[in-house]
Amino acid sequence: MDRFAWTSGLLELGETLVVQQRGVRLYDGEEKVKFDSGVLLLSTHRLIWRDQKNHECCIAVPLSQIVFIEEQAAGIGKSAKIVVHLHPASSNKEPGPFQSSKYSYIKLSFKEHGQIEFYRRLSEEMTQRRWENMPAAQTIQVNKNSQAGRIRAVGIVGIERKLEEKRKETDRNISEAFEDLSKLMEKAKEMVELSKSIANKIKEKQGDITEDETIRFKSYLLSMGIANPVTRETYGSGTQYHLQLAKQLAVILQTPLEERGGIMSLTEVYCLVNRARGLELLSPEDLVNACKMLESLKLPLRLRIFDSGVMVIELQSHNEEEMVASALETVSEKGSLTADEFAKLVGMSVLLAKERLLLAEKMGHLCRDDSVEGLRFYPNLFLTQS
Amino acid sequence: LLQAKYKERGTVLAEDQLAQMSKQLDMFKTNLEEFASKHKQEIRKNPEFRVQFQDMCATIGVDPLASGKGFWSEMLGVGDFYYELGVQIVEVCLALKHRNGGLITLEELHQQVLKGRGKFAQDVSQDDLLRAIKKLKVLGSGFGIIPVGGTYLIQSVPAELNMDHTVVLQLAEKKGYVTVSEIKASLKWEAERAKQVLEHLLKEGMAWLDTQAAGEPQYWLPALFTELYSQEITPEEAKEAIP
Repeated sequence: MDRFAWTSGLLELGETLVVQQRGVRLYDGEEKVKFDSGVLLLSTHRLIWRDQKNHECCIAVPLSQIVFIEEQAAGIGKSAKIVVHLHPASSNKEPGPFQSSKYSYIKLSFKEHGQIEFYRRLSEEMTQRRWENMPAAQTIQVNKNSQAGRIRAVGIVGIERKLEEKRKETDRNISEAFEDLSKLMEKAKEMVELSKSIANKIKEKQGDITEDETIRFKSYLLSMGIANPVTRETYGSGTQYHLQLAKQLAVILQTPLEERGGIMSLTEVYCLVNRARGLELLSPEDLVNACKMLESLKLPLRLRIFDSGVMVIELQSHNEEEMVASALETVSEKGSLTADEFAKLVGMSVLLAKERLLLAEKMGHLCRDDSVEGLRFYPNLFLTQS
Repeated sequence: LLQAKYKERGTVLAEDQLAQMSKQLDMFKTNLEEFASKHKQEIRKNPEFRVQFQDMCATIGVDPLASGKGFWSEMLGVGDFYYELGVQIVEVCLALKHRNGGLITLEELHQQVLKGRGKFAQDVSQDDLLRAIKKLKVLGSGFGIIPVGGTYLIQSVPAELNMDHTVVLQLAEKKGYVTVSEIKASLKWEAERAKQVLEHLLKEGMAWLDTQAAGEPQYWLPALFTELYSQEITPEEAKEAIP
């Protein structure tokens, strides 16, 4: 374990993440060390281990230090492991958690599995040796090929220094950003606590709090992104914003709906609306909350949720049950149809075509033939010809 | 009378707190604006920073992506970034659904999304994709995330996939296909249970059956094709390949 060095855990220029795995414990040879629960990251250049509880605790060893690796199968009460044999630490290694070690190998213990995949990727990286082609802006790690390494350092040391400075500056910016972010989060946390306290008060005195105050409170929650603890209102977790949005949607979606036979899936609506807006996009939740209000606002559209969980927007004038009648005609003409075939014929999305056929089946007009070749619908002759 | 007085008191306390919250909200907005003016770029350009940001929000119980009208979204621009990504994800999944039945690896989705975004767009990480997909779930069109091997399969159709289906998908991930014997050996299932699961995947178009394989039939996952075996060819290249 003395080959490891402390690191920020941020990837260098030219270094790419290959795979990562949670729940990994480290061993110095046969002995457990205090690094017992972390995320193990494999990059093109290094093996990095970061403590899951304390993100600041992060160590790494260059892949060039690895001699070979072997798998150690899991046993009863023992997790599967990868044994990593290492070259001796170089003299100019950065400081790390261990000054010395009596072992020349470490073990990676995969408490949450993932060992097979990790071994595969690590073997690949060992074969490809990509770190040799893309020197990351770290101090040169001198491995067994120390002569060649030293010669390389002399040649490009100027560039290395510039990259090092840039990296330090980026690191500084990022640490400043993290610090500022932490302070900001502290304040946000206070807001969350306050909102919980208010929510409790509201719950205790249902009916004594004014409509106005509830509306205000909900809009505060919306601004902060705090989940609404006070549920069971008329408009779900909607706010004034969603009310306005619902009215806007009724206008925007009128024509598109007419062009698409009066019905669109909510996902289609999401894409359509956001593509049109370009900026200040709607979140999926915004859309759902607004659509939930459509009916109660007596707007010409409504939200409908099928048994499968699929959500659609329909024109009020659209009657899916009537469409089922025409679907039955289409299926009868062709003898039988799958959702794909029906969708192509009618010019609908497969998602909605399937829902219509399922509805027709639910209403007793169609029968299904469920086989490995797919789901096929036939007119229900049991009903019509008995 | 006493009760009424207490009730009134209660109302006043809640009002007080609301007023307090309103004030704190304004202050917070200012703090956030300051943070944004200094570090907005960091969030835009640095996927790792985004992860940290999201983790911190989750820890304190805040969802910066809940609404486009939220402060986080408006001032840091995180909202637009993820919501637009959501649109791109939906479009890629729709385009490839006929081929893979609505299952795609996170890697392939990542590649396709990056391709669609073009050279000059912001960098997008796999973590970003996962967060955008989690948000898309509420739209009800069946988006789901299935862990397999060291990565994830993304589901984009409302097909029902229970634990049995998921574990078979995970088994198939290594080679891109799986057989009934492999399932029986690895999972210790009866042949009937294995066959049921495989048939369901076939029906949904997520698995293809190869009856000409040596030994027993192989069930392949087209979602894994590009990753493991084939090269992506354009329609033009395909035309040229045919004599």
